[in-house]
Amino acid sequence: MHPTTPNKPLRAYGDREGDGMVQLSFALQLPPGARAREAAKRFAEMHGLGDPIVATMEACAEGFSFFVVYGHSPHAVDAANIDVPEVRTAALGREDIEHRIKARLGRKIVVVGGCTGSDAHTVGIDAILNYKGYAGDKGLESYKGFEVYNLGAQVENEQLAARARALRADAILVSQVITQRNCHKENGRALVELLEREGWRRDTILLFGGPRVDHQLALELGFDAGFGPGTKPSDVASFLVERICGPLATSPA
Amino acid sequence: MASVPMDVRKVARCREIAAEIADDVQRYIDSHTTVGVERTILRAYGAEGVDDAGVPLANTAVDRYREAGLLGRGISFFLGRALLAGAANIQDAAERLAYAPDIDRGDGEPGHHAAREALRPHTEAALGRIDRARQERDALRLRVPAADTPHKYVIVATGNIYDDALQAKAAAQAGADIVAVIRATAQSLLDYVPHGATTEGYGGTFATQENFRIIRRALDEAVAEQGRYIQQTNYSSGLCMAEIAWMAAVERLDMLLNDAMYGILFRDINMCRTFIDQYVSRRFIARAGIVINTGEDNYLTTADAVEKAHTVLASQFINEAFALRAGLREEQMGLGHAYEIDPWLPDSFLLEIAQAQLIRQIFDRHPIKWMPPTKHKTGDIFFAHVHDAMFDLVGIATKQSIELLGMFSEAIQNPLLMDRYLALKATRYVHGACRHLGDEIEFKKDGIVARRAVQVLDEAASLLEEVRRESIWEAIGRGAFADVKRTRTGGKGYAGVLERAPEYTNPLLTALEGR
Repeated sequence: MHPTTPNKPLRAYGDREGDGMVQLSFALQLPPGARAREAAKRFAEMHGLGDPIVATMEACAEGFSFFVVYGHSPHAVDAANIDVPEVRTAALGREDIEHRIKARLGRKIVVVGGCTGSDAHTVGIDAILNYKGYAGDKGLESYKGFEVYNLGAQVENEQLAARARALRADAILVSQVITQRNCHKENGRALVELLEREGWRRDTILLFGGPRVDHQLALELGFDAGFGPGTKPSDVASFLVERICGPLATSPA
Repeated sequence: MASVPMDVRKVARCREIAAEIADDVQRYIDSHTTVGVERTILRAYGAEGVDDAGVPLANTAVDRYREAGLLGRGISFFLGRALLAGAANIQDAAERLAYAPDIDRGDGEPGHHAAREALRPHTEAALGRIDRARQERDALRLRVPAADTPHKYVIVATGNIYDDALQAKAAAQAGADIVAVIRATAQSLLDYVPHGATTEGYGGTFATQENFRIIRRALDEAVAEQGRYIQQTNYSSGLCMAEIAWMAAVERLDMLLNDAMYGILFRDINMCRTFIDQYVSRRFIARAGIVINTGEDNYLTTADAVEKAHTVLASQFINEAFALRAGLREEQMGLGHAYEIDPWLPDSFLLEIAQAQLIRQIFDRHPIKWMPPTKHKTGDIFFAHVHDAMFDLVGIATKQSIELLGMFSEAIQNPLLMDRYLALKATRYVHGACRHLGDEIEFKKDGIVARRAVQVLDEAASLLEEVRRESIWEAIGRGAFADVKRTRTGGKGYAGVLERAPEYTNPLLTALEGR
């Protein structure tokens, strides 16, 4: 268990409280030498690092040097005043999930998912939806209470929306792994806009997932929730059950 | 010397079963063609260029004959007839096929013998072009030999081919032996090969002939500077796998990702289409002396690496059988496998070493390709660096031929210049420090490693038996590989599969088949 967040601005913790110690590694387009070392030192200082130590300077390609620098960061962050939206769902057990769907909904929760646009990386959507699951946590397919349609890779938004609408999907899961030039954001936003244009955005729950996705980003794009790296299928299942079958009495508002 | 128990009769039996599995599919292949195959043939004869809308000439011509229901006779038949009708050269003939006001319905004379005859000098020229590229590579490799194995393989992936060229040279300077330029993810599903240089790609650059040339030029410079042969790799996969194979053959690439089943499983490309395309692509690859890299490592990114280890081995036998039927020598078969077991599983390292050693022994003439951990990379770069070092250790101890280096930033971003440098540095250390480890160690008889190797071979043999009994078409249908299920007529590209007419004409393929 971690201790309670101290109610004061925090510096980076190296060897003792308040030392502000950080490590920085980077490459500069300079061959190694006294000038490169000084350049790395000044570069670190410009980032605010005090007493930078250039621990490593090596040629990493012709005309390039690789550096590892340690230094003291003067900055302090006030965590007490930070409010980050988080997906707050009590992790439910399998029996509880199955029971609540059966008892409160009386039918299966229909889920449609895919990797949209040019994205061919199905590892995330497969981990959440397919029977196999991820890290020992079985996917949504393994639940009796879920009816799952994994459309796989490179699904166009129009195709995904049409399928979801035809199936009267309770939820649509979009996975985006490729993030070059923010194409994941564009793809995501375009789907939200499509559903809004078609007038059924509020009839379904839109979930966004991927290694560079968090809840805040998903909300900004107009999704109902975002799931980042390390998300297990049961996290998604719990979220959906709570949204669709009603919250637990004890769940936070 | 390190070795695991290997029942040679069981291995021979696996090869027999794989041969039967492949023969069943080969009968299908030999009576069919695809739009991709026919386009490849047109390109190989020298038809080039795109129209104002960027549509390649090969596509326009082939699609026109497919839509007219004539492609089953082979585009070569119509190409030969266009030459006999007075076309000045191949380009002119291909343009007539694509754009002439009237389509040639192939009626009357000249027949397929005459068409074949008209193509004879062009068939020889097409083969000559591939052979010259091969000779040029062979001569360069003789003059400037490659480093010792395992060859260190890295990927560049900037999305701009000119930056890729810069990074490729930097990687060579840092010690890389093989450079792959990652391909735009969307290309596998494009049913045409884009034209020209890529400067703004998503998730990589396109495999285009111009991009191949740009990287080859950069690597040739690197070869001269480093005094060490550097190999170029790209991806012969997706709906254009055969066209890309031909482009690689004439642009002197050294390796190609090329798998008999990868597209079916991981890109949902129709299996009929894939089986035919892989065969023809490999005919070109065989002639060009290119080394293929198969994709079994990918199975373990979707399926469990402990439970499904045998599916990798079974698939390697099948890939080998298909490759043999396409004329590849064992020395051209870089069968793939990977270090993907959960690192926190007790004795995971022993299980990895058992599999790597077993595969090394079974495929002893093959340039086996060893792939790094990816699935269990989390973004903790410090741990990932240790994880990759353990992978390097297995690579050198079991004498893998081609080693794709692990990147500690795997789960975060495309490798930075310094990431690649650090990966190469760590690998150089492990490979150097353990240079002869494999010659020094022996595994305990009946120990964990030995027992695991026996188990994996046994399970692979049983799986092959099952696949043979139900046929590969059905086996893929029930998810025997990578836990992915595909149907015979499902997936992309099935409309581009055609039955060959009785007088199907394809003299270039016939020549590549040595007939």
